[in-house]
Amino acid sequence: MGAFLFFLLAFICVGSVLGMILSKNQAYNALFLVLAFASLGGLFGLLDAPFIAAVQIIIYAGAIMVLFIFVIMMINLRQGLTPEKKRWTLFLSAGLAVILLVEFILAIRGTFSALGHTGGEKMGTPTELGRLLFTDYLYPFEITSVLIIAALVGAIVLVKKKEKE
Amino acid sequence: MIPLSYFFGLSIILFVLGIVAFFIKRDLITMFMAVEIMLNAANLAFITLAKAANSLHGQVIVLFVITVAAAEAAVGLAIILLVFRQKKSIKAEDMRLMNG
Repeated sequence: MGAFLFFLLAFICVGSVLGMILSKNQAYNALFLVLAFASLGGLFGLLDAPFIAAVQIIIYAGAIMVLFIFVIMMINLRQGLTPEKKRWTLFLSAGLAVILLVEFILAIRGTFSALGHTGGEKMGTPTELGRLLFTDYLYPFEITSVLIIAALVGAIVLVKKKEKE
Repeated sequence: MIPLSYFFGLSIILFVLGIVAFFIKRDLITMFMAVEIMLNAANLAFITLAKAANSLHGQVIVLFVITVAAAEAAVGLAIILLVFRQKKSIKAEDMRLMNG
Protein backbone atom coordinates (compact mmCIF):
# COMPACT_ATOMS: atom_id res chain seq x y z
CA MET A 1 0.00 0.00 0.00
CA GLY A 2 2.75 2.47 0.97
CA ALA A 3 4.80 1.67 -2.13
CA PHE A 4 1.74 2.09 -4.34
CA LEU A 5 1.04 5.50 -2.76
CA PHE A 6 4.65 6.55 -3.22
CA PHE A 7 4.72 5.67 -6.91
CA LEU A 8 1.34 7.30 -7.53
CA LEU A 9 2.36 10.55 -5.80
CA ALA A 10 5.81 10.58 -7.38
CA PHE A 11 4.27 10.04 -10.82
CA ILE A 12 1.78 12.89 -10.29
CA CYS A 13 4.54 15.16 -8.99
CA VAL A 14 7.05 14.54 -11.81
CA GLY A 15 4.27 14.51 -14.39
CA SER A 16 2.90 17.87 -13.35
CA VAL A 17 6.37 19.44 -13.30
CA LEU A 18 6.93 18.07 -16.83
CA GLY A 19 3.54 19.50 -17.80
CA MET A 20 4.65 22.86 -16.43
CA ILE A 21 7.79 22.72 -18.55
CA LEU A 22 5.87 21.83 -21.72
CA SER A 23 2.87 24.14 -21.26
CA LYS A 24 3.01 27.70 -22.61
CA ASN A 25 0.17 29.19 -20.57
CA GLN A 26 1.24 30.71 -17.24
CA ALA A 27 -2.10 30.08 -15.53
CA TYR A 28 -1.88 26.37 -16.43
CA ASN A 29 1.71 26.38 -15.16
CA ALA A 30 0.53 27.66 -11.79
CA LEU A 31 -2.20 25.01 -11.58
CA PHE A 32 0.28 22.26 -12.50
CA LEU A 33 2.49 23.53 -9.71
CA VAL A 34 -0.40 23.37 -7.22
CA LEU A 35 -0.82 19.69 -8.17
CA ALA A 36 2.92 19.04 -7.76
CA PHE A 37 3.03 20.71 -4.34
CA ALA A 38 -0.08 18.88 -3.13
CA SER A 39 1.41 15.50 -4.09
CA LEU A 40 4.67 16.51 -2.39
CA GLY A 41 2.58 17.12 0.71
CA GLY A 42 1.39 13.53 0.46
CA LEU A 43 4.99 12.35 0.18
CA PHE A 44 5.87 14.32 3.33
CA GLY A 45 3.05 12.49 5.07
CA LEU A 46 4.57 9.15 4.01
CA LEU A 47 7.86 10.27 5.59
CA ASP A 48 6.37 10.70 9.08
CA ALA A 49 6.01 14.47 8.81
CA PRO A 50 2.26 15.07 9.14
CA PHE A 51 2.61 18.65 10.35
CA ILE A 52 4.94 19.61 7.48
CA ALA A 53 2.51 17.93 5.09
CA ALA A 54 -0.33 20.12 6.35
CA VAL A 55 1.86 23.23 6.20
CA GLN A 56 2.92 22.33 2.66
CA ILE A 57 -0.69 22.08 1.48
CA ILE A 58 -1.93 25.18 3.33
CA ILE A 59 0.97 27.55 2.69
CA TYR A 60 2.53 26.30 -0.56
CA ALA A 61 -0.39 24.88 -2.51
CA GLY A 62 -2.74 27.38 -0.93
CA ALA A 63 -1.25 30.76 -0.12
CA ILE A 64 1.85 31.05 -2.29
CA MET A 65 0.20 29.70 -5.43
CA VAL A 66 -2.82 31.97 -4.94
CA LEU A 67 -0.34 34.85 -4.86
CA PHE A 68 1.13 33.64 -8.16
CA ILE A 69 -2.30 33.33 -9.75
CA PHE A 70 -3.27 36.84 -8.60
CA VAL A 71 -0.14 38.28 -10.21
CA ILE A 72 -0.80 36.31 -13.41
CA MET A 73 -4.32 37.75 -13.48
CA MET A 74 -3.01 41.29 -12.89
CA ILE A 75 -0.44 41.00 -15.66
CA ASN A 76 -2.90 39.31 -18.06
CA LEU A 77 -0.89 39.13 -21.27
CA ARG A 78 -3.35 39.30 -24.14
CA GLN A 79 -1.33 37.17 -26.51
CA GLY A 80 1.00 34.41 -25.44
CA LEU A 81 4.73 34.80 -25.49
CA THR A 82 6.38 34.64 -28.88
CA PRO A 83 8.26 31.37 -29.34
CA GLU A 84 11.93 31.35 -28.60
CA LYS A 85 14.10 31.84 -31.68
CA LYS A 86 17.30 30.35 -30.36
CA ARG A 87 16.59 26.63 -30.31
CA TRP A 88 20.10 25.73 -29.20
CA THR A 89 19.49 27.00 -25.67
CA LEU A 90 16.97 24.16 -25.23
CA PHE A 91 19.48 21.48 -26.19
CA LEU A 92 22.24 23.14 -24.20
CA SER A 93 20.14 23.30 -21.04
CA ALA A 94 18.94 19.71 -21.49
CA GLY A 95 22.54 18.51 -21.89
CA LEU A 96 23.71 20.47 -18.87
CA ALA A 97 20.80 19.09 -16.84
CA VAL A 98 21.79 15.51 -17.71
CA ILE A 99 25.37 16.27 -16.64
CA LEU A 100 24.08 17.71 -13.35
CA LEU A 101 21.90 14.62 -12.78
CA VAL A 102 24.89 12.31 -13.31
CA GLU A 103 26.97 14.44 -10.94
CA PHE A 104 24.29 14.25 -8.24
CA ILE A 105 23.98 10.49 -8.59
CA LEU A 106 27.76 10.05 -8.43
CA ALA A 107 27.93 12.31 -5.40
CA ILE A 108 25.37 10.46 -3.29
CA ARG A 109 25.89 6.94 -4.69
CA GLY A 110 27.37 5.71 -1.43
CA THR A 111 24.56 6.99 0.78
CA PHE A 112 21.75 5.35 -1.19
CA SER A 113 21.98 1.97 0.51
CA ALA A 114 22.63 3.42 3.98
CA LEU A 115 19.36 5.35 4.14
CA GLY A 116 17.09 2.57 5.37
CA HIS A 117 13.32 2.31 5.04
CA THR A 118 10.22 4.20 6.07
CA GLY A 119 8.22 2.91 9.00
CA GLY A 120 9.74 2.16 12.37
CA GLU A 121 9.03 4.37 15.32
CA LYS A 122 6.70 7.32 14.96
CA MET A 123 8.13 10.82 14.86
CA GLY A 124 7.19 14.28 13.69
CA THR A 125 4.09 14.87 15.79
CA PRO A 126 3.18 18.56 16.07
CA THR A 127 3.84 18.42 19.83
CA GLU A 128 7.48 17.40 19.48
CA LEU A 129 7.97 19.78 16.56
CA GLY A 130 6.52 22.70 18.51
CA ARG A 131 8.66 21.89 21.53
CA LEU A 132 11.79 21.90 19.38
CA LEU A 133 10.70 25.12 17.65
CA PHE A 134 10.26 26.99 20.93
CA THR A 135 13.38 25.70 22.68
CA ASP A 136 16.34 24.97 20.41
CA TYR A 137 15.15 27.12 17.53
CA LEU A 138 13.63 29.99 19.51
CA TYR A 139 15.94 32.72 18.15
CA PRO A 140 15.57 31.70 14.47
CA PHE A 141 11.82 31.50 15.02
CA GLU A 142 11.67 35.04 16.41
CA ILE A 143 13.96 36.37 13.69
CA THR A 144 11.58 34.88 11.12
CA SER A 145 8.91 37.33 12.26
CA VAL A 146 11.24 40.24 11.51
CA LEU A 147 11.88 38.73 8.07
CA ILE A 148 8.16 38.50 7.33
CA ILE A 149 7.55 42.10 8.44
CA ALA A 150 10.42 43.23 6.22
CA ALA A 151 9.05 41.27 3.26
CA LEU A 152 5.54 42.65 3.76
CA VAL A 153 6.70 46.25 4.03
CA GLY A 154 9.05 45.79 1.10
CA ALA A 155 6.36 44.31 -1.14
CA ILE A 156 3.87 47.08 -0.31
CA VAL A 157 6.43 49.86 -0.84
CA LEU A 158 7.55 48.33 -4.15
CA VAL A 159 4.11 48.03 -5.75
CA LYS A 160 2.62 51.21 -4.33
CA LYS A 161 1.81 53.69 -7.09
CA LYS A 162 3.39 57.11 -6.77
CA GLU A 163 0.96 59.88 -5.90
CA LYS A 164 0.50 62.56 -8.53
CA GLU A 165 1.75 65.94 -7.39
CA MET B 1 8.23 -0.06 3.99
CA ILE B 2 9.57 2.07 1.15
CA PRO B 3 13.33 2.51 0.78
CA LEU B 4 14.27 6.10 1.64
CA SER B 5 16.59 6.18 -1.36
CA TYR B 6 13.48 6.39 -3.59
CA PHE B 7 12.54 9.66 -1.93
CA PHE B 8 16.10 10.92 -2.29
CA GLY B 9 16.10 9.99 -5.98
CA LEU B 10 12.78 11.79 -6.48
CA SER B 11 14.25 14.87 -4.82
CA ILE B 12 17.21 14.82 -7.24
CA ILE B 13 14.88 14.43 -10.24
CA LEU B 14 12.71 17.33 -9.07
CA PHE B 15 15.74 19.57 -8.55
CA VAL B 16 17.08 18.85 -12.04
CA LEU B 17 13.62 19.40 -13.56
CA GLY B 18 13.46 22.74 -11.75
CA ILE B 19 16.79 23.77 -13.23
CA VAL B 20 15.65 22.68 -16.72
CA ALA B 21 12.45 24.72 -16.32
CA PHE B 22 14.45 27.71 -15.12
CA PHE B 23 16.67 27.68 -18.20
CA ILE B 24 14.07 26.77 -20.83
CA LYS B 25 11.29 29.12 -19.79
CA ARG B 26 11.49 32.74 -20.93
CA ASP B 27 8.95 34.52 -18.75
CA LEU B 28 9.81 35.73 -15.29
CA ILE B 29 6.80 34.21 -13.51
CA THR B 30 7.47 30.66 -14.71
CA MET B 31 11.16 31.05 -13.93
CA PHE B 32 10.12 32.05 -10.43
CA MET B 33 7.94 28.93 -10.20
CA ALA B 34 10.98 26.86 -11.19
CA VAL B 35 12.83 28.29 -8.19
CA GLU B 36 9.95 27.16 -5.99
CA ILE B 37 10.26 23.64 -7.43
CA MET B 38 13.95 23.59 -6.52
CA LEU B 39 13.15 24.76 -2.98
CA ASN B 40 10.62 21.95 -2.66
CA ALA B 41 13.13 19.38 -3.89
CA ALA B 42 15.49 20.57 -1.16
CA ASN B 43 12.66 20.28 1.38
CA LEU B 44 12.02 16.69 0.31
CA ALA B 45 15.71 15.87 0.76
CA PHE B 46 15.67 17.47 4.23
CA ILE B 47 12.66 15.45 5.36
CA THR B 48 14.07 12.23 3.91
CA LEU B 49 17.32 12.71 5.79
CA ALA B 50 15.43 13.66 8.95
CA LYS B 51 13.66 10.30 8.71
CA ALA B 52 16.92 8.48 8.00
CA ALA B 53 18.65 10.09 10.98
CA ASN B 54 15.50 9.71 13.12
CA SER B 55 15.81 13.33 14.19
CA LEU B 56 13.30 16.17 14.02
CA HIS B 57 15.80 18.93 13.26
CA GLY B 58 15.45 18.42 9.51
CA GLN B 59 11.71 19.03 9.75
CA VAL B 60 12.22 22.28 11.67
CA ILE B 61 14.58 23.49 8.93
CA VAL B 62 11.86 22.76 6.37
CA LEU B 63 9.44 24.97 8.31
CA PHE B 64 11.96 27.82 8.09
CA VAL B 65 12.51 27.18 4.37
CA ILE B 66 8.76 27.40 3.74
CA THR B 67 8.57 30.68 5.68
CA VAL B 68 11.47 32.19 3.74
CA ALA B 69 9.93 30.98 0.48
CA ALA B 70 6.69 32.77 1.33
CA ALA B 71 8.55 36.02 2.04
CA GLU B 72 10.58 35.57 -1.12
CA ALA B 73 7.45 35.01 -3.21
CA ALA B 74 5.87 38.22 -1.90
CA VAL B 75 8.91 40.38 -2.69
CA GLY B 76 9.71 38.62 -5.97
CA LEU B 77 6.20 38.96 -7.34
CA ALA B 78 6.19 42.64 -6.33
CA ILE B 79 9.39 43.13 -8.33
CA ILE B 80 7.89 41.30 -11.32
CA LEU B 81 4.82 43.57 -11.18
CA LEU B 82 7.08 46.61 -11.06
CA VAL B 83 9.07 45.39 -14.07
CA PHE B 84 5.84 44.74 -15.96
CA ARG B 85 4.59 48.27 -15.27
CA GLN B 86 7.77 49.79 -16.65
CA LYS B 87 8.47 47.51 -19.61
CA LYS B 88 4.98 46.13 -20.42
CA SER B 89 6.64 42.72 -20.74
CA ILE B 90 7.75 39.92 -18.47
CA LYS B 91 10.10 38.22 -20.90
CA ALA B 92 13.60 37.69 -19.59
CA GLU B 93 15.14 38.90 -22.88
CA ASP B 94 13.67 42.37 -22.40
CA MET B 95 15.60 42.87 -19.15
CA ARG B 96 18.75 44.19 -20.75
CA LEU B 97 19.17 47.48 -18.95
CA MET B 98 22.60 46.50 -17.63
CA ASN B 99 23.79 45.01 -20.92
CA GLY B 100 25.75 48.14 -21.81
